Amino acid sequence: MEMVSSQRQKVHPHKFTLWIAIGSIIMMFAGLTSAYIVKGSLPGWSTVEMPQIFYYSTGVMLLSSFTMQMALKSFKERSMNRYRRLLTVTAVLGCLFIVMQVIGFMQLQASGVFLNGSTGAGQFLYIIFGLHAVHVLGGAIALLIMFFKAFSRKFRNYNSVPVEVISTYWHFVDFLWIYLFVFFLIKR
Amino acid sequence: MSNEAALHGHSEVAHSHEVHHGDDHGHHHKETFITKYVFSQDHKMIAKQFLITGMIWAMIGGLMSVLFRLQLGYPDQAFPWLEDILGRWAKGGKISPENYYALVTMHGTVLVFFVLTGGLSGTFANFLIPLQIGARDMASPMMNMLSYWFFFGGSVVMMSSLFVQTGPFSGGWTAYPPLSALGSASPGSKTGMDLWIVAMAMFVVSSLLGGLNYVSTVLNMRTKGMSMTKLPLTIWALFFTAVLGILSFPVLLSGFVLLLFDRHGGTSFYLSDIYITGVGALPNEGGSAILYQHLFWFLGHPEVYIILLPAMGIASEVLSVNSRKPIFGYMAMVVSLFAITILAFLVWAHHMFVTGLNPFLGSVFVLLTLLIAVPSAIKVFNWLTTLWKANIRFTPGMLFAIGFVSLFISGGLTGIFLGNSTLDIHLHDSYFVIAHFHIVMGVSAFFGMFAGIYHWFPKMYGRFMNNTMAYIHFWITLVGAYLIFWPMHYEGLAGMPRRYLDYSIWESFKQFSELNKFISTVAIIVFAVQLMFVFNFFYSIFKGRKVTTLNPWSATTLEWTTPIRPGHGNWPGEIPEVHRWAYDYSKDGRDFIPQTEPIGPDESNHH
Repeated sequence: MEMVSSQRQKVHPHKFTLWIAIGSIIMMFAGLTSAYIVKGSLPGWSTVEMPQIFYYSTGVMLLSSFTMQMALKSFKERSMNRYRRLLTVTAVLGCLFIVMQVIGFMQLQASGVFLNGSTGAGQFLYIIFGLHAVHVLGGAIALLIMFFKAFSRKFRNYNSVPVEVISTYWHFVDFLWIYLFVFFLIKR
Repeated sequence: MSNEAALHGHSEVAHSHEVHHGDDHGHHHKETFITKYVFSQDHKMIAKQFLITGMIWAMIGGLMSVLFRLQLGYPDQAFPWLEDILGRWAKGGKISPENYYALVTMHGTVLVFFVLTGGLSGTFANFLIPLQIGARDMASPMMNMLSYWFFFGGSVVMMSSLFVQTGPFSGGWTAYPPLSALGSASPGSKTGMDLWIVAMAMFVVSSLLGGLNYVSTVLNMRTKGMSMTKLPLTIWALFFTAVLGILSFPVLLSGFVLLLFDRHGGTSFYLSDIYITGVGALPNEGGSAILYQHLFWFLGHPEVYIILLPAMGIASEVLSVNSRKPIFGYMAMVVSLFAITILAFLVWAHHMFVTGLNPFLGSVFVLLTLLIAVPSAIKVFNWLTTLWKANIRFTPGMLFAIGFVSLFISGGLTGIFLGNSTLDIHLHDSYFVIAHFHIVMGVSAFFGMFAGIYHWFPKMYGRFMNNTMAYIHFWITLVGAYLIFWPMHYEGLAGMPRRYLDYSIWESFKQFSELNKFISTVAIIVFAVQLMFVFNFFYSIFKGRKVTTLNPWSATTLEWTTPIRPGHGNWPGEIPEVHRWAYDYSKDGRDFIPQTEPIGPDESNHH
């Protein structure tokens, strides 16, 4: 369009918006983890043993980040079949991650760490990991939408911005998970 | 089309399915009533939606204050008509204690969040950012529309909490646990509190969606030549407001998530050692209500500036335009806005001096709090020097902008008292606090908002508001605001606590009964004048004097280069290019030089 030709476009506004949104999400988890630090220094604080499955889910998350990056690369190279396959793998890994988190929560429950009752690391773990899983779920839904768009015959779309946006977000939830996981390991 | 095109520009999208047809801007979309007035993606319409929703909330919130002022001014009288309008809330014409607290709580929540945050920055950020930076629309018009509809949804939920059996939340607008965390603590803590949290969560989402958009629009969508230092101060202020919101609202959301789990998940983040009559001892151990206060005030203090900065920006712009002078110290204004933004995050614990906070930590927060006086004083100095020897046009907008400066000074000075942790031992939770924050962020933010509405009404609706009503509105509101809140300082210094139902039964506060009566009477008059303003607003939309020139205020900024009633996309042709800053008034013998005019060969360059 002629009307925007005069506008400088350094970063695409959508990508830029995503970066600000990431800052916003970081603040949310910073609030929660600093609450944990403050509470953790009080007497009567109980800690939790991290279930083994969270280590495996970390692996799944890292792997999905890798496949996402590959998907973006294939999209840019216009090899759409590979892109679709990798996108599917990423979405499946994302869902697998959430399932593993839920299993982890169930194992914690079984080992006597409950959501209700007196406060402790366990309660924070449920809330913080839970909120993180919600953010992964949001990403997985976005991937699902991309997935259907990629298989749509009606539209041919080679605009890479949406793919870049989702892949940045996906890497972010990956980093966020690693931060949270390491945080809980250190503050045990 | 215009949205998508504005977004994607000439980047790599050309292959997308949506082929860019048509070049004529006048008639692209066939707009139906729904897409134009309801689910509109036009930033100007969204701004009007925010404004009118905010006005409805302001009337409701204001009416609440009139109702509880009746109780405070006339504690021994019954008003049978109260039972007619409030029903069981006011049996026998006297507001019951629970509902008095509900009214106070909802008054605070509604005014702080739904009027002065949603209504103020929602309106002016949406309206002014694209128009003043030279953009067709926001970075993401879709998100912008969602922002309004989340706000609307939150409004509906909050409104519905007024009508539930157990009443709306009644534990104070800050929603401190345990009152907010335990349903059995009070009637308002039951369904009312759940609805409060849901409404506030939706409000936070709305603010975040809006804020993301404002920031990325300001940083990415400026027209050619519009460098950051050429931006009008309104945009700078709205930009920093959005930054504050983006960084602080998520923390509030975290606090609400923990609160929600304390309410319904059986967790003990905020709860410890509680015994409730009729329920018994609770199993919750180890939580701390102070944690909530930290999370709340980490938002709560920036929130004050989220309310105030837009008013500052609007006042700067309106003052300069109507003084026919450049704003004094443009860069100092920007830097002080920035300083306020930074300091806003470092002072939250001054709301908690008497919670058992470590006195040493308290003294650090005293220092940081008092530091805010520096940028605030710079701003006040610059506003006054802008007015100094100016060729002032006393338009209604200008009067309100001057009123804003007056109120900001009066309210700001009492902030220096309250920022001291030692003085706070005496002053906390007293009417002194009420007086301070009502003047400095309540009334003065309203004055900024009124200044903006009167000033940009011609751009919003293509008509002027009625001047006579505007002048009456201004004088009665200004005088009334001082008459209401000035005496409260005095009451507060005498130790009169806030949030009491009836002061006439206290020997120490009986002496103020006539003063309270006086305050209540003035409050009723001022409220009535606000209704006149609302009448003026809606009357002028349809019957106001028509705007006949593009630039009725002879202002330099870009919004006055658009048609009198701009369509979606704002400029019918090319977006104008910007060559100079926004404040070339009375320069080189000319009254004003628009931003679009290139710098002449022998012109003295400002920057």
